Order: sequence, then structure tokens, then C-alpha cells
Amino acid sequence: MELTVGPNQFFWSAERWESFYSDLTQSTVDRVVIGELVCSKRLPFYQDRIPEAVSRLLDAGKEVTLTTLALVTLKRELKLTAELADMGVMVEINDLTALAYIPNGCAFSVGPLVNVYNESTVNWLASRGARRICLPPELPVESVKVLAQAAKDKGVAIEVWGHGRLPLAISGRCYHARLNGRSKDNCQFACEDDPDGLDVVTSDGVPIMAMNGVQTLSDSYACTDHQIDLLRDAGVSALRLSPQADGFLELCDLYRRRVDGVLAQGELGQAMRDKHPDIRLSDGFLTGRCGAEWSGTSDQPSKAP
Amino acid sequence: MVMEIVCPAGTPAALRAAVKAGAHTIYCGFNDETNARNFPGLNFDRTEMRSGISFAHEHGAKVLVAINTFPRAGSESIWHHAVADAETCGADAVILADLGLLDHTARNHPGLRRHLSVQAAAANADVINFYAETFGVRRVVLPRVLSVHEISAINAETDVETEVFVFGGLCVMAEGRCSLSSYATGLSPNMNGVCSPASHVEYEEDDGALDARLGGYLIHRVERNAPAPYPTLCKGCFSAGGKTGHLFEDPVSLNAERLIPQLQKAGVTALKIEGRQRSKSYVAQVVRNFRAAVDALDAGRPLPQGMLARLSEGQAMTTGAYKKTWR
Repeated sequence: MELTVGPNQFFWSAERWESFYSDLTQSTVDRVVIGELVCSKRLPFYQDRIPEAVSRLLDAGKEVTLTTLALVTLKRELKLTAELADMGVMVEINDLTALAYIPNGCAFSVGPLVNVYNESTVNWLASRGARRICLPPELPVESVKVLAQAAKDKGVAIEVWGHGRLPLAISGRCYHARLNGRSKDNCQFACEDDPDGLDVVTSDGVPIMAMNGVQTLSDSYACTDHQIDLLRDAGVSALRLSPQADGFLELCDLYRRRVDGVLAQGELGQAMRDKHPDIRLSDGFLTGRCGAEWSGTSDQPSKAP
Repeated sequence: MVMEIVCPAGTPAALRAAVKAGAHTIYCGFNDETNARNFPGLNFDRTEMRSGISFAHEHGAKVLVAINTFPRAGSESIWHHAVADAETCGADAVILADLGLLDHTARNHPGLRRHLSVQAAAANADVINFYAETFGVRRVVLPRVLSVHEISAINAETDVETEVFVFGGLCVMAEGRCSLSSYATGLSPNMNGVCSPASHVEYEEDDGALDARLGGYLIHRVERNAPAPYPTLCKGCFSAGGKTGHLFEDPVSLNAERLIPQLQKAGVTALKIEGRQRSKSYVAQVVRNFRAAVDALDAGRPLPQGMLARLSEGQAMTTGAYKKTWR
């Protein structure tokens, strides 16, 4: 099984961004999706560093893919999306707008924010040029099985959300700005202070979500420790690891050891628990229960305040 | 041209009430998981759909059938049958969101008019034109994340008709791209046609306050006897960064009646009312008011003002993203 690093969902300083991708050249991952997914206002802060990061990753033997934005509305966002199609690097579409610019038959990847729920959609995307599809995190393993089979018949690789805060929603409104009494147009980049998103808790102190500008994420970190063998049997060829600010290289290494069979089921979750005792893990989407649920037996941090 | 009023009907009785109240067009769905309002006791069986469409046609109204959830892997035939049955029943169009289902419908039912559901979240002219060129989509229901100015810009660059929500529930997130509900309850709009489902709601009294929970999560706590809004996830009261409140959206509903003239100027073809789960009397009243408004606009008369406030069930109203400052 391969490992893909998804696009960074958060707003990091250009320095942090650059050193993150520089570190990844030393990692055991197979593929890196790079670029701005969440908010086009963040892009100017690090855009000029993308070409060099791409070259270094390619030199290190990684496959590299450029992501589109998750929600394309403004004129300049349309222009950005159209330009991506001409960069000479594989594009991962996370808003179908990109298909307006990718010539019919040209190869592309499909990200987890495109709704791929059934065989007809896989078949249509394959006929349009899709070579790799990362399925929406919401799908249960039963659906993943059916879709992986359909994709195999068409020569399309199937990837599943492997680790990290789950992207639950995207909006026209910026919640970080709203929290600070500002509007999106005058956000003053409030999201910059939260390199892994800002925890949102209920009135009785239970963590439920995390805000990240216009994006809403899960409070918990998805973890496929207990699903990896099922997913491999289903024909899933890669797991997607979503960047987080601390300990990401180590995390990649843990997943590498788990998919290679060095770590047994349960040992990956336990290692996470040891390194990050404060975070909650989940795999409920894959098991077909509530997304927030977790199959592991290791103790979750208390829900109470 | 008078702007088209597109009105919801959750039951055959609501369909007839809406037609009699002056709706130009009714939208409804079959009573299964193929539509995004898959609530118990709601929607139409095949016989009801056929007679409902006949009734509407006899009164000069159209019927659109919403088949706008995302077909489940391995069970697509349920959705394919829904499209075929909508055509057989005489539907004027189907409202679709899924790429695979759009492709299926364009190839197998080329004569059936195709509208793009808001669940597809098509938010710019380029992607709308892509849907038109690829699947022959004739109308798009725009997501509720756009300002009037942006809607105007879209209409300037597409021949696809646009339909916008003007009244009822307000999604804060891009529609069809939200899994908050399944994260907390296991059931989602995309897969199950429900959001924050009533089956997962619990109310409990605690120390003189009423707690409303969804999937076990506390969404609202109000004083006893105070109005308790339905615990929809994105309109809950939460804390973050040391602040507490309705961090995503207040428990408000959409009312864009005052913006009708601007929406017309922006090139919008049809005004959509949300609420297939609503009663027939509610639907009839909303339709009458909006019909009066578009007729007044067409005749050059001033719009009747504030006509719908009493229908909001004590909730505050907002014009949502149509005003840019909402963001």
C-alpha cells in the first residue's frame, strides 16, 4: 500500500510551509499533493515557494500533484484554477470547476472533496481522464469495496482518507473572521494562529469540530489503524495522510510500518495515543457508524471539560 | 417576464395547495432515499406523483422531481428507476446532483429536462457551463454562498437558467459538500437525504434549562419556556478560542423577499422556496406572498413589505450570503 500526503489544509507561515515540504523529501511517503485547498487569500504568502518545493520533492523521487481550491467562486480563483491545468504537473481536482479547463482525455486526479459515491461516477470520471481517486471520507468500507472494484476495471487507483482531521464542510463564510467580529474580506488572517485548526467545543465542554477559516473539520483525527487490512483487501492502493503541524514525519513513518506489517493492528493507534495523548481518534465513517466513533480500545481523552 | 416561483411540496395535499395558491412550479420527490428530504411520512409514491403532476398540468403549473442524493455504490438502480419513473409520470424536469446520475440520465433519458441541484454546489459560470455542455443541464439551482453581485456575474456568462433560494432554511455550508451530520449521527444529506435527523435528537430538562442534543452532542441550552430552536449542527451554540455563541450561524432562516428586484436585475429566472417538510397551509401562504411580489414587480408596482415575518416561527430572518457582509 502506498502513502499519499494530502494538501496542507491550514494557514502556515511561508517558513513553516517550506520546511514542512523540505522535510517530506526525507520521508517514506510515495506521493505529495501540494498547493492551496482552503482559501485563495492564503496563497500569496507562499505561492512563490511552490515551484522549488515541487522540484525538490520530484528530485527525492516523490510523485507530485497540485491541488485546486475546494470552492472556486471569485474571478481570480477561476484564473488560478485554469492556470493549474497548464503547469505540466498532475492536477488533483477538489472542485469540478477544474474540469472546465482540463482537456477531455488528459490525465488528472480526483480529491476527497469531489462527490464520488458510486460506480457510474467512477466510470464517468475515468472516461474523462481520472487516473486516481481519493474517495470522500464519509464513505463506509462496503462502498469503498464496490468503488475500488469499479475503479480497478478502469485502471484507476483508489485512495482513502487515512489520517488527520476530517474535512467536514466548506463555506463562503469565514468562521475565523466571524469569531473575531470581522468579515471574510477583512479577515486579517485570523486562521494563522491555529496551525492545526481551532477546537470547537459544545456548551458542556465536549469537543465536536475544528474551524479553519472557511473550512470546518472534525475535532477528532481520523486514523485507519483498525481498517488498513480491510481496505487493502478491498483493493485500496493508497492511504492519504493529512498534514499536521507537529510530528508529521514520525506519523508518516508509523503508517509506513503499519502498512508494511511491521506494526500489528492496534499498535499504530497506541503509538499515536502515546505521542499525542490529547487528541481523539476516529474511524466511524469507515465502519458506517457516526464519523466521530473509534474502533480502538485504547482510552480516548475524556469528553468532559 | 414574471419571475418563476418554485415551491416545495412534501405531500400531494401540499402540491395542490401550492398550485391553487399560484405557484408556477412545484418541486417534490419520491418517498425514498433518492431525494434530499427523506423524512418519515413525506414525499410521493409513484401513483401520487403521476396524479400530482396531472393536477399541476391541468392548472398550468410545472412539476420538477428532485432525485438529488448521491446514489449508493452497489444500489444505483434505485436512483435509475426514480429517473425513469419521473419521466413516465410526466415530470417537466428532474433535479440531479450526482455526476454519474447526470451522465446516466443524459444518455438514457435525453428528452427529460435536467436541472442541476443545489447539492452539486456549482458556484461559478465556468462549472455551470461545463455541466451544460457535458450533460445538457438547462437550469442550475445556485448554492447559498453567493452574493447578488456574483449571481449577476454568473448570469452574464451563461445561458443556463439560474434558480435561487429566497425563503426557508439556510445552509451555511456549501450544499452537497457537508458531512457534519454524518459525523455526529451517521446519517448525511448526501447519502441518506437527511441533515441533523429528528431520530437522533433528544431534549432533556436540566436545572430549569432545556437541553437539545443531536447524536449526544449538546447543540442548544435554553431557559425553560424560551423558544427552543431545532438542534441543527451548523446553527448550534459552541465555544472556541475563549468565545461562546453561534459560531457558524445564528438560528436564523432565509428571507430574501426584499432582494427580489435585485435578483431579477441579476438575471435570475426562478425563485425557490425551501421546505418540503412544511405544512400545506404554510406553503400556500408563502406562495401567495411571493406570487404577489413577483406580479407587483412585473406590473411596476411597489413590493408588499414584511409579508412573511410571521411565518418564521419566531426565528430571526437573514438575507444570507446575498449581502456580501454575511461572509
